Amino acid sequence: MAVKQLSVFIENKQGRLSEVLKGISESEVNIRALSIGDSEDYGIVRMIVSDLEKARALLGENILSKITSVVAVKMDDRQGALYKILRTLEEAGINLMYTYAFTSNKQFGAYVVLRVDDVEATERLLSDKGFELATDEEISG
Amino acid sequence: MRHYYQEDIETAPYEEIRRIQNEKIVRQVRHVYDNVKYYRDLMDQKGVKPEDIKGVDDIRKLPFLKKDDLRECYPYGLLATPLKDCVRIQSTSGTTGKRVVAFYTQHDIDLWEECCARAIVAAGGSDEDVVQVCYGYGLFTGGAGLHGGAHKVGALTLPMSSGNTERQIQFMMDLQSTILCCTPSYAAFIAESLRDRGYKPSDNKLKAGIFGAEPWTEEMRKSIEEGLGIKAYDIYGLTETSGPGVAFECSEQTGMHINEDHFYAEIIDPDTGEVLPEGEKGELVFTALDKEAFPLLRYRTRDICILTRGKCSCGRTHIKMCKPMGRSDDMMIIRGVNVFPSQIETVLLNEGYTPNYMIYVDRKNNTDTLDIDVELTPDQFSDNIADMQAREKTLASAMRTMLGIGPKIHLVPPKTIQRSEGKAVRVIDNRKLHD
Repeated sequence: MAVKQLSVFIENKQGRLSEVLKGISESEVNIRALSIGDSEDYGIVRMIVSDLEKARALLGENILSKITSVVAVKMDDRQGALYKILRTLEEAGINLMYTYAFTSNKQFGAYVVLRVDDVEATERLLSDKGFELATDEEISG
Repeated sequence: MRHYYQEDIETAPYEEIRRIQNEKIVRQVRHVYDNVKYYRDLMDQKGVKPEDIKGVDDIRKLPFLKKDDLRECYPYGLLATPLKDCVRIQSTSGTTGKRVVAFYTQHDIDLWEECCARAIVAAGGSDEDVVQVCYGYGLFTGGAGLHGGAHKVGALTLPMSSGNTERQIQFMMDLQSTILCCTPSYAAFIAESLRDRGYKPSDNKLKAGIFGAEPWTEEMRKSIEEGLGIKAYDIYGLTETSGPGVAFECSEQTGMHINEDHFYAEIIDPDTGEVLPEGEKGELVFTALDKEAFPLLRYRTRDICILTRGKCSCGRTHIKMCKPMGRSDDMMIIRGVNVFPSQIETVLLNEGYTPNYMIYVDRKNNTDTLDIDVELTPDQFSDNIADMQAREKTLASAMRTMLGIGPKIHLVPPKTIQRSEGKAVRVIDNRKLHD
C-alpha cells in the first residue's frame, strides 16, 4: 500500500537543487510533490515522482539517493482535516519524523505524506480509523 | 631594575657557555646510559658508548628520540631516577590515547622555574611586579612554569589559571597586574574584552606580557601590544624538555634566547638527520644537559626553525631561535592542543566513514576553529534530518574524545572531496601563522 518516496542528499549551495533536478525536469518524469529538509551544510530533497526507477536513473550514480516508504493519506479539503490525522497518530504514540502535503488535480483534492518508523502499523491504524490511504498508482499516475 | 635573573650565566662569553655544556653533557650521557635502558639500547645499537661523548661536539653521535619513543616508553620507560626522588609529574595536552608524562626532581623544578624567571626578568619583571598567570594550571606546564618563575623572581603572583575572562579583568584592574602570562590568543581576547567594556589601553597597569604555547605572528604581536598598551614577549618550551622557558624573548624582540646552560640546541635536516650549520633552516633538536628525572637526549621537536648566535643589544650571549616556522610533521596546534590528521582519520574509520575528508583550520575572533568535511556513504544517508544531525553530533563527540577539542562536522555527498594522485592535501590552514 505504502507510497515510495525518493530522497536525495545535496549540498546546501546555490544552484545545487536545480543542477540535481535538471535531468528529471528534462524528462517525462513528473515530480508530484517535493519537500526539503535542510541544515547549514546540506539539504535532503524528498520527492514523490511519477516514475521512481527512471527518476533515480536520471539522477545518475554520483548523486546520493534512497527510496523510503511513506504513508500518503487522502485529505478532505476541509478546515481541520490535517489536524485529525496528526491527532490520530499522536494518540497512538506514533512518532512523526516529518510531513508535507500536496494537492492533485486528479479527482481527489489533497494528500498528506507522513514519514514514520512503522509504515504498516500506521497504515493499519489510519484505515481502521476511517482514513483513506493513497497508493503509488494513484499518486504517481 | 635588574636586567637579568642570573647575569653571570646569561651574559657569559661563548667559551664559558661551551665549557659548561661540555662538562654537563659528559655527565648527562653517563647518567642516561646507566639509568635508562631504552636509551642505552639505542646507543648500543648505534655502537656509541658514554666514553665516546667528550663534549657537545660529540652529541651528533647520539641517537635521536622522537615522540613515538616517548609514547612507547609511557609511563616510566625514560625515567632516569628512582621515583622516590621525583616530586612532580606534568603532562602534554594529550594527543593520542597515550599522553607524554614528564617527571621532575626538585632540582629539575628549580632549573625549570629559573628558566621562567629569566624570561620574566627579560620582560622587565621584578619583585615589584604583579604577575597574572592565566595559562592553565594542572598537568599542563604553562601555569606551573610561569607561576614558579614568578615566585623565583619574588613577584606577587596571581594564579588565575585560564578562562573566566570576567574575573581575569576584574583582578587585573583591582589588583593592578603588571605582567600578563597566557597564550597569545587569550591575550588578544582579553584585549578585546577590555575594549568591549569601554576600557582604554592606558586604563590598565600592565606593562608586559609573556605569551607562548601556540604559534603567533608579528601582526598578532602588534595588535596585542596596541590593545593592551604593553610589550609582548614570546616564550618557547615543551613538556618533553620541561615546559615553557627553554627559550624566551628579550627587549630586542628578535628571537628567543635558548637557555643554553641547560638545553643544547641543534638544527637538523628532518629527512636525513644530518646536523646543519648555524643559520640554516631545519628541525630543532634539544638535549637536556642537566635535568635528572626525565633527561631527553637529542629530542626531535618537529618544529622548523633557524638558530643564530650574535651580539644582542640586551647583553645576553645565549643563542637565539626564531619563532618556529612550521612543522616537519603534519601536527597542527589548535587552541593550544596538538592535533594530527591521522587522529582524525582514525576516528572517521572507527565510526564507519571513508578516509575522504578535508580539515579546515582558521582563526576567527582570535580563536582557532576546526572544521572537518566528511563524505557520507550511501548506507549512512537518512531522509530524516534528525538522524543526520544525531550522526554529526556522535562524530563530533568521538572527535572531541580523541583530540581534546571539538570540531564542527560538515557532512558532504560522496565523491565531492577532491581525490589526489600524489600526496593528498588533507589540511587547509588559513591562519597564516608562518611567513
